[in-house]
Amino acid sequence: MSEQTTFDLIIIGAGPGGYVAAIRARQLGMRVALIEKRATPGGVCLNEGCIPSKALLDSSELFSLARDKFAVHGIRVDPPQLDLAAMMLRKEDVVAKLADGVTYLLKKNAVELFQGTAVLKGVNSTGKHEVAVQLVSAGPTLLAAPRVILATGSQPTPLPGIPCDGQLVVTAREALSFDRVPDHLIIAGGGYIGLELGSVWRRLGALVTVIEMLPQLLPNMDRQAADALYRSLRKQGIQFKLGTRITGVQQRGATATVQFDSGTGAEEIGCDKLLVAVGRQPVTAGLRLEDLTVRLDERGRVIVDGAYQSSQPGIFAIGDLISGPMLAHKASEEGVACVEQMAGQRAGVEYEYIPGVCYTWPEAATVGKTEEQLKEAGTPYLSGRFNFSALGRARCMDETEGFVKILAHAENDRVLGVHIVGPRASDLIAEAAAIMSFEGTARDIALICHAHPTLSEALREAALDVHKEAIHV
Amino acid sequence: MEIKIPEVGESVREALLAKWFKKSGDSVKRDELLCEIETDKITLDLNADAAGVLTISVAEGTTVAVGTTIGQIEESVTDVETPAVVLAEPEPPKVEKHADAPTSPSVRREMREKSVSPDEVAGSGKGGRISLDDLFSRISEKTKIPPAAKTSPTTEIAVPVPVVLLSAPAVIAESPDKFSVRTEDAPAYTAGREERRPMSPLRKRIAERLVAARQQTAMLTTFNEADLSHIKALRSKYHEHFMKRHGFALGFMPFFVKACIEALKEFPSVNASIEGMDIVHHHYYDIGIAIGGEKGLVVPVLRNADRLKSYEIEQAIADFAEKIKSNRLAIADLEGGTFTISNGGVYGSMLSTPILNPPQSAVLGMHAIQDRPVVRDGQIVIRPMMYLALSYDHRIIDGREAVGFLKRVKEYIDDPEELLLEG
Repeated sequence: MSEQTTFDLIIIGAGPGGYVAAIRARQLGMRVALIEKRATPGGVCLNEGCIPSKALLDSSELFSLARDKFAVHGIRVDPPQLDLAAMMLRKEDVVAKLADGVTYLLKKNAVELFQGTAVLKGVNSTGKHEVAVQLVSAGPTLLAAPRVILATGSQPTPLPGIPCDGQLVVTAREALSFDRVPDHLIIAGGGYIGLELGSVWRRLGALVTVIEMLPQLLPNMDRQAADALYRSLRKQGIQFKLGTRITGVQQRGATATVQFDSGTGAEEIGCDKLLVAVGRQPVTAGLRLEDLTVRLDERGRVIVDGAYQSSQPGIFAIGDLISGPMLAHKASEEGVACVEQMAGQRAGVEYEYIPGVCYTWPEAATVGKTEEQLKEAGTPYLSGRFNFSALGRARCMDETEGFVKILAHAENDRVLGVHIVGPRASDLIAEAAAIMSFEGTARDIALICHAHPTLSEALREAALDVHKEAIHV
Repeated sequence: MEIKIPEVGESVREALLAKWFKKSGDSVKRDELLCEIETDKITLDLNADAAGVLTISVAEGTTVAVGTTIGQIEESVTDVETPAVVLAEPEPPKVEKHADAPTSPSVRREMREKSVSPDEVAGSGKGGRISLDDLFSRISEKTKIPPAAKTSPTTEIAVPVPVVLLSAPAVIAESPDKFSVRTEDAPAYTAGREERRPMSPLRKRIAERLVAARQQTAMLTTFNEADLSHIKALRSKYHEHFMKRHGFALGFMPFFVKACIEALKEFPSVNASIEGMDIVHHHYYDIGIAIGGEKGLVVPVLRNADRLKSYEIEQAIADFAEKIKSNRLAIADLEGGTFTISNGGVYGSMLSTPILNPPQSAVLGMHAIQDRPVVRDGQIVIRPMMYLALSYDHRIIDGREAVGFLKRVKEYIDDPEELLLEG
């Protein structure tokens, strides 16, 4: 084994977990190899997840504004024409530019990037883990390091018995690149991904039906917030079949019939696309974890300790591979904490303050505990709420749907959870996460001066409402 | 029984736990001296409220909020079984919820790094919030390395931190602590060349007040000199008599206090102060006497000094000096004051400009008595002379008044018989 192939750390997977960990490890003085099977870094998030979906959400939002809202603002336009190909090109351009940016960062930080697929080969005679890489360009090579971080992410979970064909039955990846607007898009799964992509295609003119097995959308979200979002999306014309199980799909040429059961007997509806977005599962196949003593849980996730080390010493795992919400920012945090701990720092991820966002319009964002969780835990709490319809800026924007809801401890007033449905909830949640990270109180938010007129005033009013002191209610 | 920092005065919110006289595990008797605390006004001793075994929870050198529990006395079994006194005070156990004190992400990270738990740190913020400063002062006191060594940017830049690369640790499962790529700990290489210590609350307070006096007043100083011949003669003439009656010698201070009070009566603005947009004239004469203590200058106040006899003044000042020495000065001794006398002469000062003690508007500086040639009736004679300085706030005291006031003081000292006629 030659000298060049020995590293201090090997990271498998260059998604938001892996590439961030790689850069941080370089900053800490480690020699880092980063293995990625795609041609571009960034993982699912950048290539076929967060970024392209937000590009399309923003484009389709503009389209629907031009079509449905301009007249309200006194702007007369001919009905806007959709140039889907141009919209897709713009999306691809956004992705390409950001991927170039990540490539540049890796280069700048002298992370050694290997494009290929990795297989764990176990511990060699010097105590290092060997990783075989099937390089895309140059054939096999062998790398070794005392530590390996698995950051291979996740992939869509298929519906049982209904394999994705990439044409009729598709995953999020294909649904981000349809070459025409579907007539009827059925989405299996009422989670973040299904609702976001459903919003995109609904705005662009498709008939969209979301079929969700559970009796509610976004089961981990605060019920009031999820219900508000549900009503908003229904108003936009998205149809929902909740508590409904898809039992089969019958393909008929370019269309399909989806059979489902909502508890009142078997039914079926036709569609020309079926998006499967019922969940995601960790990608560990091909790594040959089974040859090592890396233990997985019942859902195939790698079991790790507080240092993100698996049951096999020297093998670490972060992001979607381990338990917790499958969020890009969570993976990045874990990547940093993992390598900082390797460097002897007492880093950690504060999971209770990780925000989550659903980029529908109105957006839904959440951090901390839901009201249901507080009730179940028996935590005494007070709830404050402020509707965007009473907010000056929201009125100006003509975006009056939704509210801010703040849950604070009844005794010490600590903010325990903040749930926002409304315009730019994704940005507003940052203040809530900051306040909660500082273990602040509802009164703290109320005492902070918020600029007028802004959407952020809704947070302050909701905080005031915790003590029933809201000014504008 | 919990040992807490007591309430020592209205404006006192924190105290420096200056010294423990006992160690954790020591058994202490009731009323035995436990520790010394220092506030921005005074230092005082805490004695044991009960007998038992001491457990110290806040180490010396820590600044803590008033009311903070700094230790415990585990009352000894025999004491508990004596039902008389101990059971008579069923003090509800006030649990200090330190573990619940709000922090911030950076504070929590540093706590993990330094293995400090939240309940070890007394938060200084709202609701006991622990700031990085609170944490660092706790750490510095734990490790005896000043926190400034870590935060000072100059130190960080100046020190080329050796980056130890990870060189193939054979046993992978070892604790990550072995893996030293840390760049955060700057070596304490400056040790010995200089020493850095946080200001004590008393020193902080002195510093704040002095700067405020400079910045918030229009201070200037006028000078004069006094001939102490007569007073010296008086003192030696009546020395024995005074000693016999009062048991101590008569000093110079009573003469100056009385001279000032008579002059203040003639120039009321010197005894006045500015409050907001108002000028407040005081119809009483509370004279502060600046006394240098080991930890800094304090100014105890002679209340209604105009009603005090010379021996009472002498006695009161001696009491203050004794209290300062034994740390028994009370907040009440320091509050208020309408005018201050500062005697730099005891240190041998020939001439100086005293600084105002706001909200007071003037301060008299006394200096060393020196035999100097002076001209009396066209003759050069040798007289015991003292320079006098009056610093005053020109905003409410005109130059004419200040000079006039000081001239009156001089006259009363030159010729103390006049004091007799006036008062």
